[in-house]
Amino acid sequence: MSRRAWVQVACVAITLFMGVPLYLIALAALSSRESLNRFPLPLLPTDPSVETLRTFLDTTGIVPGFVNSLTVGIGTVLLSLLIGVPGGYAVARYAFRGRGPYQMFLLLTRALPIVVLSVPLARIFLNAGLYDTTYAVTLLHTALALPTTVLITAAIFVGVSREQEEAAMVFGASPMKAFLRIVVPQALPGIAAAAMFTFVLSWNEVLGATILTLNQRTLPAQVLTTLSDSPLAYRFAGGFALVLPAVVFIAIMRRYLLNMWGTTLR
Amino acid sequence: MARTGRRTPPAAVLLIAPSLIFMTALFMWPLVVGVGQALVGPDGPTTAYLRRMLDDPYFWTAARNTLLLIVVLIPLQFAFAIAMALLLRERPRFAGFHFYIWVIPLAISDLAAGLVWLSVFTDRGYLNSALDMIGIDGYAWLSYQNPVTMFIAVVLAELWRATSLVFVIVVAGMQGIPKDYDEAAEVFGATYWQRVRHVILPQLRPSLQVALILRTILALETFAVAQALTGRNLPLLVGETYQWYSVQLNPNVSAAIALVILAVSMLAAAGYLRLMRDQTETR
Repeated sequence: MSRRAWVQVACVAITLFMGVPLYLIALAALSSRESLNRFPLPLLPTDPSVETLRTFLDTTGIVPGFVNSLTVGIGTVLLSLLIGVPGGYAVARYAFRGRGPYQMFLLLTRALPIVVLSVPLARIFLNAGLYDTTYAVTLLHTALALPTTVLITAAIFVGVSREQEEAAMVFGASPMKAFLRIVVPQALPGIAAAAMFTFVLSWNEVLGATILTLNQRTLPAQVLTTLSDSPLAYRFAGGFALVLPAVVFIAIMRRYLLNMWGTTLR
Repeated sequence: MARTGRRTPPAAVLLIAPSLIFMTALFMWPLVVGVGQALVGPDGPTTAYLRRMLDDPYFWTAARNTLLLIVVLIPLQFAFAIAMALLLRERPRFAGFHFYIWVIPLAISDLAAGLVWLSVFTDRGYLNSALDMIGIDGYAWLSYQNPVTMFIAVVLAELWRATSLVFVIVVAGMQGIPKDYDEAAEVFGATYWQRVRHVILPQLRPSLQVALILRTILALETFAVAQALTGRNLPLLVGETYQWYSVQLNPNVSAAIALVILAVSMLAAAGYLRLMRDQTETR
């Protein structure tokens, strides 16, 4: 076999390793309970059914979990953009003293494990009356997302022409107006991408959301805490519900991936 | 700007102030509270919580499993990610499609990954079904009686989920390498493996360093994969903080374990930076 053929075979093998588990979880979630009890399990979708998924959605706590996950995700995106975009703009546009330490500080906070924050934050939020609210989880997720938001938006603003912004100010626009009219429209696609990354981070975070809530569980927290006493069908449907947004998200985002996660992640 | 006088703080400070205040409130403050929770009892400083943590046999099993997971997983993951990036560099057919499938796990949480692989490895799951169809008896992959296959299942799930992060960093790093060196080496007769070893990998060092630190810290935090696949049969350190917090209702011991995780993360990061610097100096 030629070298090129080997490359093709290897690529297909890796794609199968990455893709087959996704197919299997979809297959399991879209099988009826009766066919999930059969053995051996059919490897082809012989009798697709939404019964398993419907039972999962009807379980107590799942729909509120969806709603909480959405609330926390959107809240995290808005808050981290509100706080992070000015920081990113400052890093991109101003050579101020303390810029280096500021960036170091952001990188350092990214290296802190979530668990180190979650347990003490639970006590702090308990005292502040925020425990077991979606606000508590939003604050934690914003703290996790903020360093990345600042670094990504900084990289985006570097790419926006400074001359146009200055020209607008020469013609009498205030700095704020120049920013809103000139910079924001150009930076918008990048900022939208950063927002989606933040949303996924929040959607996927399990441990902190579990520790900071009792009743206001997000979807992953709800699935995790009910895991040990649930039937397999429920777990498969839960896995599928958590995986599905990822597949859609990557389909939209794959163009930006290398720029965002590849280079700015440093 | 002319309006920025001596008295008013410069614009940049105003712009970064909100994020600085926020990060201090949500990182530094909890850190201080956390140290207090782990080391201060109702009557002053105490080592009671640390001793309680160390006396728990689960702690040592969890520490051993976490370490073992990192030692086995990280080298495999890097070899796999570099191989994937090199394959893509050969511009195979359907490269765009392969790339899409290979990066999907990037957006999948470790809990979801655990559930996905549960459908494969569980007793009446897809792996045993497939084996049964070709006439091989099933195996209890995730039973606590088979710690080796249980561990392999967790490694496989993590390899599946988290290799794409390394892969994306490596691919982005490769894009930044000028082709000239590689072409020059080829002209002078270097084989493919010689070029990979002596031209491409050395230039990837900065990307690999970042990926290594990031992945080690993230691997230390692994927990929901093992939770979904094995329950508490394969305890990991972060899983133990969760256990102490949610089941034993003891936030103090939980905070003590969290501090251990923090210390190990910092050590790992410092160690890698040191190692990488030493190697660049001796080169």
